[in-house]
Amino acid sequence: MADVLSRPAPARPADAPASGPLPTVAARRRYTVVVVVLAAMALGFGFGLLAWANPMPVGSLGFWRIAELRATNLVTMGVVALCQAVATVSFQTVTTNRILTPSIMGFEALYAAIQTTAVYVLGVTGIIALQGLPQFVLQVVVMVAFSALLYGWLLTGRFGNLQIMLLIGIILGGGLRSVSSFMQRLLTPSEFDVLTARLFGNVSNADPQYLLVGVPVALVVSGVLYLRSHRLNVLALGRETSLNLGVNHRRELITVLVLVSILMAISTALVGPLTFLGFLVATLSYQLADTYDHRLIFPVAALTGFVVLSGAYFVMNHVFRAEGVVSVIIELVGGTVFLFVIVRKGRL
Amino acid sequence: MIRVTDVIKRYSSEVAIGPVDLTIEPGGIIALVGPNGAGKSTLLTMMGRLLGMDGGSISIAGHDVARTPSRELATIVSILRQENHFITRLTVRQLVGFGRFPYSQGRLTPADEQIIDRAISFLDLTGLEGRYLDELSGGQRQRAYVAMVLAQDTEYVLLDEPLNNLDMRHSVAMMRHLHDAAHTLGRTIVIVLHDINFACQYADRLCAMKDGRVVAFGTPEEIMTSEVLTDVFETTVEVIDGPRGRLAVYY
Amino acid sequence: MTVPSPAAGAVRAPGRGRAPGRLVDPKLLLGILVVGALLVASLFTGVYDIWGADDGAAMFAITRVPRTIALVLAGAAMAMSGLVMQLLTQNRFVEPTTTGTTEWAGLGLLLVMVVAPEASLTARMIGAVVASFVGTVIFFAFLRRVTLRSSLIVPIVGIMLGAVVGSISTFIALRTNSLQIIGVWFAGSFTDIIRGQYEVLWITGLVGVAVFIAADRFTVAGLGEEIATNVGLNYPRMVLIGTGLIAVATGVVTVVVGNLPFLGLIVPNIVSLIRGDDLRSNLPWVCLLGIGIVTVCDLVGRTLIMPFEVPVSLILGILGAVVFIALLLHRRRRG
Repeated sequence: MADVLSRPAPARPADAPASGPLPTVAARRRYTVVVVVLAAMALGFGFGLLAWANPMPVGSLGFWRIAELRATNLVTMGVVALCQAVATVSFQTVTTNRILTPSIMGFEALYAAIQTTAVYVLGVTGIIALQGLPQFVLQVVVMVAFSALLYGWLLTGRFGNLQIMLLIGIILGGGLRSVSSFMQRLLTPSEFDVLTARLFGNVSNADPQYLLVGVPVALVVSGVLYLRSHRLNVLALGRETSLNLGVNHRRELITVLVLVSILMAISTALVGPLTFLGFLVATLSYQLADTYDHRLIFPVAALTGFVVLSGAYFVMNHVFRAEGVVSVIIELVGGTVFLFVIVRKGRL
Repeated sequence: MIRVTDVIKRYSSEVAIGPVDLTIEPGGIIALVGPNGAGKSTLLTMMGRLLGMDGGSISIAGHDVARTPSRELATIVSILRQENHFITRLTVRQLVGFGRFPYSQGRLTPADEQIIDRAISFLDLTGLEGRYLDELSGGQRQRAYVAMVLAQDTEYVLLDEPLNNLDMRHSVAMMRHLHDAAHTLGRTIVIVLHDINFACQYADRLCAMKDGRVVAFGTPEEIMTSEVLTDVFETTVEVIDGPRGRLAVYY
Repeated sequence: MTVPSPAAGAVRAPGRGRAPGRLVDPKLLLGILVVGALLVASLFTGVYDIWGADDGAAMFAITRVPRTIALVLAGAAMAMSGLVMQLLTQNRFVEPTTTGTTEWAGLGLLLVMVVAPEASLTARMIGAVVASFVGTVIFFAFLRRVTLRSSLIVPIVGIMLGAVVGSISTFIALRTNSLQIIGVWFAGSFTDIIRGQYEVLWITGLVGVAVFIAADRFTVAGLGEEIATNVGLNYPRMVLIGTGLIAVATGVVTVVVGNLPFLGLIVPNIVSLIRGDDLRSNLPWVCLLGIGIVTVCDLVGRTLIMPFEVPVSLILGILGAVVFIALLLHRRRRG
């Protein structure tokens, strides 16, 4: 990132607009301030979640033991923020649509269907049957396979069409959802309560051992997307311009979508559905970073995601004492921002 | 040289384009003219590999457009369509900078910056280079897109109706820029135009299309005749000598 | 893509030798007979033995007759709502499920239930109708503001909008411990339709009549604001009337029956695929097919795992999704 920011514009006056992603000195300063403030907030909320209301004195053995337990949640938030932020930004780029989020593509419906089926077939023990590292990996694989099949079917061949693929993904999700909701009707209230806990995104859903797989995979996949930033910048200009500039559009599209589906599957399998978190984060980061370059957008988006998640948990845990509804609150805020954006927006 | 051999594009059982055979020697401006639905834009889009063919082949400077890797082709031919809407908010200079992508893969070198400078000043955009595209007028924006494909520095440039939505003054300015690009920078510019008089004035060769086929190809003097144009456009066209060459009168 | 392609309609209509605007033809009578037979089947399908039991006749009048009438009214109303919506938005992929209208109706219903748990059916209905109206107006306002590059974006945005509204409902339901209950409400089912509860559905019958009366004007409105105004139609008023009709139909059906997903989408599309786009002569077919599909789904739902019932919304959701995807793929093939 540093080389992008400090690259000189040769043989041009220092204040002339550059071709780089942040054209003016003011824009570069602004970006730096945004990153510093976000990082400070992330650290603040992170430390707050670890230390606030910790009954033991700071630094004592007991303090660290409690902090360790809480650290798992914090790492989970970090992974989820990274996954959702990178996935949503990339997804919006390749679909050239800033009001979409990959979560509507059926990941959550599939997750809900898997969870509901387990409870429906096995009762309350079904939830336990879905826990454990192999089951976690299996769920991720099923979700990724589902989307890879969808992309392979609808994006290749003579009639490949991105928007029809999106719509079919959404409708398949809707079909799965109506199957799940039918099964949910037949559950006993206690079974339903157990299931509900899994159907709302919650960082305490994540088992520490999942992180052993989730963290490295999320880091590697996000890293791959980050390294493709320049190509993503071009893909954002649409199919025709990308092709003109020598990018193999269809191959890039499918590659990015598969990477996005891995990130979404990890996030969903870790904590459950968070439909509008990604949308909220991506929209905020474009406002904050004000650049087209994914090298600069990705870090801001991941930080924003972490600040939103950890901030929401901090405020809900320690101010309103309402931990269970954090994800619902995030969904509400994200949804409201969505409404605001579509009413304000001039073109799609 | 652009060589189009037996190219066919089928839209439905009734509507098809081709087979088209056409050889375009390098140099100058070549205007594709013809009535609506003649297949001009389709042919141009297939040359620029944005649209697949159902038969035949197109080669540009010896490269088969269907088989050459897109990245390699991007240094030989560039194409600009009519409609360009980007979700990303870009300044003029950033947009033109994207034209260097086939060479730099996103990391602009000082040499790239110089080429960008030249493309911008070539289209008189120097004062506007820091402005965002959504702050520009239609004519200025069109010039910025053309600057991007010029910065791509390809021998062949394909433009689909670049005068669309431009008024008289901007149309003339745009055609002068293109004329200069073709003759001072040595580019081969293939352009879809619907104004036959513009085409005659600025193009070096005209390619007339009708019903999905090429019906005439030659210098403006050869094409700008009453017989040829009346046949191509299926409406009576008279050709008279104006102060700066021939004029088609069709009203 | 605009809904009524006048060229296609003009080409097809004479080919069938039909005078434009003529409503009754032999094929339609055949259709009525088939749907009528389905309705009779619906009357005599069920666990309760209406012939043998002493109170068989009474049960017949209390449950079977109302249920069958409800099928007719709800099926026709949702199919026609979809058609009107598609005309007003000039988009074939629009209907109450893909624009969030259903979710708004659910939200309105839920709000009334939370604020006043003892509220009467009428109060709940008003809540649902008002909310659907607001939601549809928001969606239309959005469509007017933005210039769209593709008609396929419209349902995508609509479904996102529906998800937002749905998440608000979920939040409220979660706070009031009524999550499973609202799941039962929103899943469309004709199981609980009995005498004394379904009568408000007759309101949707009035909606149907209104659509028939205004059919020609909706057709003109479907050509777009400019053309409609040019031929002297008060376009904003037509949009308002249309939105009102859609809201009433969706709201009432949501309260009494529940969600009937994709019905308004697949019915008009199938009819126009087969018959071309002539709204006036298509309208009876849209009604009939809507009734027919709902009845078949309900019959399947009743007999699939007898003596239990599968809600019609599940069957319709799956069938509708399959048909919708088939329509999309068909369209894709045509480019």
